[in-house]
Amino acid sequence: MKLELTRRRFLIGSSVAATGLLTGCDALVENAGVNDILQKAEALTMGSQRLLQAHAPLAREFTEADLSPTFKANGTQMPDSEDYARLMEGNFADWRLVVNGMVRTPLSLSLADLKAMPSRTQITRHDCVEGWSAIGKWTGVPLGLVLQKAGLAPGARYAVFYCADEYEKSLDGSGQYYESIDLIDAFHPQTILSYSMNGKDLEVAHGAPLRLRVERQLGYKHAKYLMRIELVDSFRGLWGGKGGFWEDRGYEWYAGI
Amino acid sequence: MTSATDHEPARPRKILFYRHSIAVRLTHWLNVLCLSFLLMSGLQIFNAHPDLYWGQYGADADHSFISIGAVSDGDTIKGITRVGSISIPTTGVLGASTVGGELTPRAFPSWITIPGYQDLATGRRWHFFFAWFFVINGFVYLLYGLIAGHFRRDIVPARDQLTPQHLAHEIGEHARLRFPKGEEARRYNSLQKLTYMAVIFILLPLMVLTGLTMSPGFNAIFPWLLDVFGGRQSARTIHFITASLLVAFVVVHLAMVLVSGVWNNLRSMITGYYGLTVETGKETVK
Repeated sequence: MKLELTRRRFLIGSSVAATGLLTGCDALVENAGVNDILQKAEALTMGSQRLLQAHAPLAREFTEADLSPTFKANGTQMPDSEDYARLMEGNFADWRLVVNGMVRTPLSLSLADLKAMPSRTQITRHDCVEGWSAIGKWTGVPLGLVLQKAGLAPGARYAVFYCADEYEKSLDGSGQYYESIDLIDAFHPQTILSYSMNGKDLEVAHGAPLRLRVERQLGYKHAKYLMRIELVDSFRGLWGGKGGFWEDRGYEWYAGI
Repeated sequence: MTSATDHEPARPRKILFYRHSIAVRLTHWLNVLCLSFLLMSGLQIFNAHPDLYWGQYGADADHSFISIGAVSDGDTIKGITRVGSISIPTTGVLGASTVGGELTPRAFPSWITIPGYQDLATGRRWHFFFAWFFVINGFVYLLYGLIAGHFRRDIVPARDQLTPQHLAHEIGEHARLRFPKGEEARRYNSLQKLTYMAVIFILLPLMVLTGLTMSPGFNAIFPWLLDVFGGRQSARTIHFITASLLVAFVVVHLAMVLVSGVWNNLRSMITGYYGLTVETGKETVK
């Protein structure tokens, strides 16, 4: 009898705890300690994927027959700034890609300069963090070649991409779109600075005149409207300090999953 | 407690026997925890793009064959769930449900997603944490099942349980909600064993594999998974359907726990000891 009561009390206790758990989910979600523990899984994901990617495998490449009939444009579709409008009006003839930071030779490259460099064309799948995918054909210059041209200074660890678009209107500039990748991805053969999509000049909705393609990671890493690439040893001082617009808003820096 | 004297006439008596090892009980409850959080955070992720496609790609302009959305209806909205060409009004639950007293476009309602509000980043963080937890727990269980003989002893049906007569008999008994008693209740019945096998060896591994197939990083490592499932968007659809089958399993599992002796079942999954009635003198106690 005594055992029975204890057991029953235990069961009632645990069902109360279970209900508490469900209604208390949002409290758990907002608990900083819980978040710190949950975030540890990102290091595990990145560590294990990098281990299995030691041989630098390529993302799957598709054929023309696999192209999405409509490639969804996402994020900013038209940067809202006078500077960008002026560049667009001039067909990006005055646009320059600045490469600086921890490099031996800072660069300022025109679209023609980039197009004169060796190019790579790839038909790959673009995966949005929301869940949808689209297949497109991209042509551009491998980022590794541009970085070799600039020459990395000792200690450089990340390439930070500064974009022309402000995705969130803000007074302090914290809504500026930016992204970052490490040198493993920067020198991956499929990581290109793309100026052409589906055989035509990159459209404004897709990031004209230049966007990053970093296959093997989710769409938000593929920064559009590139203006400057800075080589850094840490992105701690930049905006939220997490290395990207969406990263500063809670998304993973390593977006291979 | 269990010794019997030969001259006593046989009479029914209750015994407790050790049914679930500590490894099974622990991995079972950790799995409950993981799958609950995986389901709720998974529905949060689904809500970010509540359309399912087949093939390598799929986005707004492409044909989706399952879609949970909201359409405007005068000055209010209604929820519509579409499977193929069949549209079903699901206002209040799917497509449109109340958030803070107001009918809001949402594929799955607030009470079943984690967090309750729309927050994809947090949903993903919870999902991937518990995915790792689930995979590690699952490996421990599989290893235990193989090495300790749990699968052979408890999960794989015995030969006598697979005869057509036996199966037909069991289906009939299940339909009447009558369950094995006495010595026969020491082992799982064959429908139970076959169901557990399907969950352990098909549905749960399928969840992991289709989940991994959605990862662009993992696609570069094992591209053949894309061929197995017919593309990332197909894998996403199979992930969703398999999760639905697991929910269906849990509903039936809980119903069976309730109708076949809820306290006895719960005790055995918590303490390990399952009670059954046997003829005196016949019982063997482990």
